[in-house]
Amino acid sequence: MPDGTTAQLTGWGRTAPTPALLERVRDEADVRKVLAESRGRGVVARGLARSYGDAAQNAGGHVLDMTGADRVLDVDLAAAEVEVEAGISLDRLMNLFVPLGMFVPVTPGTRYVTVGGAIAADIHGKNHHVAGSFAQHVRWLDLLTADGQVRRVGPDADADLFWATAGGMGLTGVILRARVRMKPIETSQTLVDTDRTPDLDALLTMLSEGDHLYDYSVAWIDCVTKGARMGRSVLTRGRFARRDELPARKQADPLRYGQSVKVSVPDVFPPGLLNVATVSAFNELWYRKAPKRKRDQLQSIPTFFHPLDGVGAWNRIYGPRGFVQWQVTVPFGSEETLRHVLERISSSGHASFLAVLKRFGEGNPGMLSYPSPGWTLALDIPVVSGLARLLDELDEPVVDVGGRTYLAKDSRVRPEVFARMYPRLDDFRAVRARVDPDGVFTSDLARRLEL
Amino acid sequence: MIDALGSVGSLLLVGGTSDIAVATAHRYLQERPLRVVLAARDSARRATVAEELRAAGATVEVVDFDAEDPASPERMVAAATAGGDVDVAVVAFGQLGEQEQLAHDPAAVAALARVNYVAPVVVGTVLAERMRAQGHGSIVALSSVAGERARASNFVYGSTKAGIDAFYSGLADSLAGSGVSVLVVRPGFVRSKMTEGLPDAPLATTPEAVAEAIVTGVRKGRHTVWVPGAMRWVMSGLRHTPRAIFRKLPI
Repeated sequence: MPDGTTAQLTGWGRTAPTPALLERVRDEADVRKVLAESRGRGVVARGLARSYGDAAQNAGGHVLDMTGADRVLDVDLAAAEVEVEAGISLDRLMNLFVPLGMFVPVTPGTRYVTVGGAIAADIHGKNHHVAGSFAQHVRWLDLLTADGQVRRVGPDADADLFWATAGGMGLTGVILRARVRMKPIETSQTLVDTDRTPDLDALLTMLSEGDHLYDYSVAWIDCVTKGARMGRSVLTRGRFARRDELPARKQADPLRYGQSVKVSVPDVFPPGLLNVATVSAFNELWYRKAPKRKRDQLQSIPTFFHPLDGVGAWNRIYGPRGFVQWQVTVPFGSEETLRHVLERISSSGHASFLAVLKRFGEGNPGMLSYPSPGWTLALDIPVVSGLARLLDELDEPVVDVGGRTYLAKDSRVRPEVFARMYPRLDDFRAVRARVDPDGVFTSDLARRLEL
Repeated sequence: MIDALGSVGSLLLVGGTSDIAVATAHRYLQERPLRVVLAARDSARRATVAEELRAAGATVEVVDFDAEDPASPERMVAAATAGGDVDVAVVAFGQLGEQEQLAHDPAAVAALARVNYVAPVVVGTVLAERMRAQGHGSIVALSSVAGERARASNFVYGSTKAGIDAFYSGLADSLAGSGVSVLVVRPGFVRSKMTEGLPDAPLATTPEAVAEAIVTGVRKGRHTVWVPGAMRWVMSGLRHTPRAIFRKLPI
């Protein structure tokens, strides 16, 4: 039974809280009940709230907490497919299926996201250049639309609605269930190569020349250091190990998998703790501690894929004012734009640690799906005055070369700039008008960006 | 929606042709294009302001508002929010009145009280109701330092400002947890069409400075701001000045 209570909700960035009636739902009947109760302010589904901005907020309306709808409905070991409810987390999928030799097809930097959220944001991971984004591994999904129908859609069944839902941030309906193709693995260990690059050019060259040799690839890039060493980075690339590549003692139990949150960050950090001085020191340390060149290092799934998940609630270190993540793509051939924005950031005096650069492969037909061929840069920045103007300025060269921002991270892009970034926005609106003419499904993000 | 970095998407100006309201719109437009709803009497000035704001990049809507008509606030807020949520609403209408004349004209006192007090608190009530339902937004009320301690030279005006200052301060607290915030702005003497022809008072300021204080105050989530900032300390001093001395001050 849904039991709504008013809650102040934010995303992972802890910015712009708004109140909504938060309804914990367990099944389709619960969702229908909330839909029937909803008045003018609409409904949106919320998973584990790892979107940085306001995607899973709905000021004055209803928000569905989907994390209680987390059952596994069917498993086909031979085909490596699982059928699950949308509220199940990738963490749980890994716990259940890594020991059986299946890994999630795509994982972001955290495993604490739900399958519904992974589809709604059409998330990508370190393997985008070979595997594409999450929706490309979804056989079908069940979508409860505003008219009360449950529609089973997929790339070959109402493809328009499927590709509006993939990356559609929950605005086409409530994803109830999905059938997902998993990735067969022989072991739970990865073989990782690490390279340190002295500057941006060296990094881009390495990524261009060598990425195709690896299933997984990502670079951490220093956005504080200026001048000749701007863009120095630590590049880690790898793949799952075969059983015969494990040391003998691990071969007996090659799929052993366990992880845990080791420590949690208390909610006591003052604003301004992360400034240029502290972040510079951190970045220097991170760069120095990385090996210059290392090959075939055996790493566990959490170490390689989700290093930050070892620290609970790490978003609290940004203090009460919160932080934003600016993540954009620029197409291949626009490396000068990438260099320009990095120079602007490193000389701006805004502190950003944990900036990430990755080379994307082909995009998919998702109307608001983020990945597109080119470079994707993501950086976390604490909220300080002047940041709004800086990021507005940085969006301009990006959109001018055909780049775009990632809705799962966004909390501040200008609506008219967003519309230029996604040329298929009108197709998306047309699908929404077809399946939700009264705009029952809406969110703070939808209102802010006039989706 | 006001975004993570405090940028605003839509602005309602009640008393949309006042200098402070217009300056506030221009100040917001320096940051981003946005939707501006001008609520004012149908006048040539309203049309001119709408054109200026369009030229500055705003999407402008005009709605009728008459502070002397008790039914106007509800109609105005309904019309202003028909096209979407309002992120920031500035209640910026009011009249100064002439103290000399008011002293002998009870009807004029009643009229000033209706425009400067009754209408703003009705507007505030309707706006608060609407914003509570939408779960977000900021209401900005133009109070005045004249309300902090009434003085012989303009106490009718001062008393109306004292009234709305108290109203909006209390409204702010009643909205805690609703997602809606209220900013009370207390300017000193502002050189504008309202004060045209009057000599400058000490620490006189401009509509642009008030606009700056509004934009910064909303972004930072302030409850009360003085313009210029030094007015806060001046008024604090004046509030504690013994009456015998206060009465003789040339203010």
